[in-house]
Amino acid sequence: MSPTHYLVLSAILFTIGGIGVLVRRNAIVVFMCVELMLNATNLAFVSFARMHGNLDGQIIAFFVMVVAAAEVVVGLAILMTIFRTRRSSSVDDANLLKY
Amino acid sequence: MNVTGVLAQNDIPAPHIEYGDVAPLLVVFGVAVLGVLVEAFVGRGWRYRVQVPLAFLGLVAAFGWTIALAARERPPHLVAAEGALGVDGPTLFLWGTIAVLALVSLLLIAERDQSHFTAQASALPGSEAEQETMAAGFVQTEVYPLMMFAVGGMMMFPASNDLLTMFVALEVLSLPLYLLCGLARRRRLLSQEAAVKYFLLGAFSSAFFLYGAALLYGFAGSVRLSDIATAISRNTGDETLLLAGVALLSVGLLFKLGAVPFHMWKPDVYQGAPTPITALMASCTLVSAFGAMLRVFYVALENLRWDWRPAIWAVAILTMVVGAVIAITQTDVKRMLAYSSIAHAGFLLTGLVATTTAGLSGTLFYLAAYGFTTIGAFAVITMVRDAGGEAAHLSRWAGLGKRSPLVAGTFAFFLLAFAGIPLTSGFTGKFAVFSAAVEGGATPLVVVGVLASAVAAFFYVRVIVVMFFSDPEPDGPAVVVAPTTVAAVALGLAATVVLGVLPQPVLDLAGQAAGQLFVR
Repeated sequence: MSPTHYLVLSAILFTIGGIGVLVRRNAIVVFMCVELMLNATNLAFVSFARMHGNLDGQIIAFFVMVVAAAEVVVGLAILMTIFRTRRSSSVDDANLLKY
Repeated sequence: MNVTGVLAQNDIPAPHIEYGDVAPLLVVFGVAVLGVLVEAFVGRGWRYRVQVPLAFLGLVAAFGWTIALAARERPPHLVAAEGALGVDGPTLFLWGTIAVLALVSLLLIAERDQSHFTAQASALPGSEAEQETMAAGFVQTEVYPLMMFAVGGMMMFPASNDLLTMFVALEVLSLPLYLLCGLARRRRLLSQEAAVKYFLLGAFSSAFFLYGAALLYGFAGSVRLSDIATAISRNTGDETLLLAGVALLSVGLLFKLGAVPFHMWKPDVYQGAPTPITALMASCTLVSAFGAMLRVFYVALENLRWDWRPAIWAVAILTMVVGAVIAITQTDVKRMLAYSSIAHAGFLLTGLVATTTAGLSGTLFYLAAYGFTTIGAFAVITMVRDAGGEAAHLSRWAGLGKRSPLVAGTFAFFLLAFAGIPLTSGFTGKFAVFSAAVEGGATPLVVVGVLASAVAAFFYVRVIVVMFFSDPEPDGPAVVVAPTTVAAVALGLAATVVLGVLPQPVLDLAGQAAGQLFVR
C-alpha cells in the first residue's frame, strides 16, 4: 500500500482534531482533540520517513510522544484546578477575561 | 555480550557535544534541575532562601559565560551538539538579552514583601485551606525552577538549528509558563482562566507548528534548517508540501509572537497572569520567539522570500493596526500594555520583512530595548496597589501624578518610550527597524508603522493625562515600595534612558552580532 494513503489519513485526522478544538465545549475533549492532531503529525512523520527511506521521522515521532505526555501532565493539572474552582469544565464558562 | 561490546561491534559513534559553546544553556537547565531537587530535599522554611540565590547565580553565570564567548578573539560560529544548536552572533546576542531580562524579571518574581504568587496553588480560592496556608505564610517556591526551565527553553528556542529541537524548546518554554500563569495570589479565578486559555491555545498552535515541520520534513527529507534551504534552492520535492508546511509552521511561530490574527490569547493571559510572569512573558518570550522566527526565515526559507514576504507584510500591517486601534478602548492597564505589545510585535515584523543585515541588527536592538522598557512598566504596575491587590483599572490611576509624582513620572516615561519619543530607547529601536525596512523596499509598511505609532501615542498620552491632569480619588490606590521591585524599575528606567541617549555601543553590538549572520 502506498505511503500516500497514510498521509491522506494523517491530514484527515489532523483536520478532525482541528475542527474538534474549535467546536467542542468540554475542555478535556478540546485537549483530546489537540492530542489527536499531534498523533496525526506522528503518522505523517512516520509515513514521510518511509517515503524518504531515512529514520529521522521515526525518531521524531518518539520525541513528539514524550512531549505530548509532558503536555498532558501540565494540561490536566491546569484543567483540574479550574474544574475544582468552578465545578465546570466547559470552556464557555471561563469568560471573565474578554475584549 | 555486554552493552559496550554490542556498541563497539556496530561502531555507533558517540555524539560530540561542544560543551564550552553551549554552556549558558546547560547552566540554566542545570540550575532548574537543582531547583527541583531543592524542592524535594530542603525544608519549607529554607526553600525561598536557597531558591532565589540559586536562580540568581544561574542566570548571572549564564550571562557571564555568554559574554566570555562573545568576547573571544574568534567568537563561536558553529553548529553545535550534532547539528541541534546553532551558536553564532545572533544567538549570543539573544542569549545575553534573555539572561539579563530574566534577571530583572527575577527581581520582580522574588519580591517577598508583596508576594505575587499564591501560597498553595492546590487550595481552592476562598476556601479555608487557602486561608490557613496564607496565615501560615507558605510560599510556592516551585516558581523558581519553573521559571528557570522556561528561561532555558527560551534560550534554546532561537538557537535551534533543526525543527525538532525548535519544537522541544517551544514546549520547554511554554509548559512552565502555562503553570506560572495560574499561580496569582489575588484574583485567582482570572489567573486560572488565563492559564487554561493559554494552555489550550498554546497546545493548539504547537500542533500546527509540528504539522508544518512534518510537511517540511516530507519536502526536504530532513528537519535541519540548512537542509531545507538546500532543498528549496535545488527546487527538488513537492512545492505544495513546502508552501503548506511553511504556512503551518508560521502559524505556530506567529502565535508565540502574538501577531494578528493569532493574538487573542495575549490580552487575556497578560491580564490574568501574575504581573511578574507577565513581565517575563512580555520581554523574554517575545525576544525568544522573534529570534526563532528570524532563524527560520533567514536560514531555512531565505530562498523562498518572494513567497512568504507578501504574507508577512499582511500580518505585520494587521498586527500594527489592530494592536494600536484596540488598545485605545482598553480600561485595564495590563490589558492595554498587552495590546501595545501586539502592536510592537508588528513593528518588529517590519524588521523581519527587510531580510537584510540592517533589518536583523535593528530587530535585535529593538528586542533588547523593548524588553527592558516593558519589564519596567509592568514593575510599576505591581507597585500601585489598593486593598484588593494591584489597582489595574485605569480609572483608579487618576491623579496618581499628584499623589506619587516620581512613580507616575517613571511610568509616563516608559509610556513615552513605547510611543517612540526621541531620547528614549523606543525611538532608537523604531528608527533602526523602520530605516532597515525602507532600505529593504518595504516603504508602505513603514508608512503604516508610523501611522500606527501615532495612534498608539494617543492612548499612551491618555494614560499620562489621566495620571497628571485629573484629581485623585479619596480612596485611591497607594504606591507600595518594595525593595527588589524598585530595583527592577530602576534597571528598566536606566536601560531605557541609556539606550535612548547613548544607543551606539549596543547598536554596534547588535550590528556585529548580525554581521556574523546565522550559521548554516
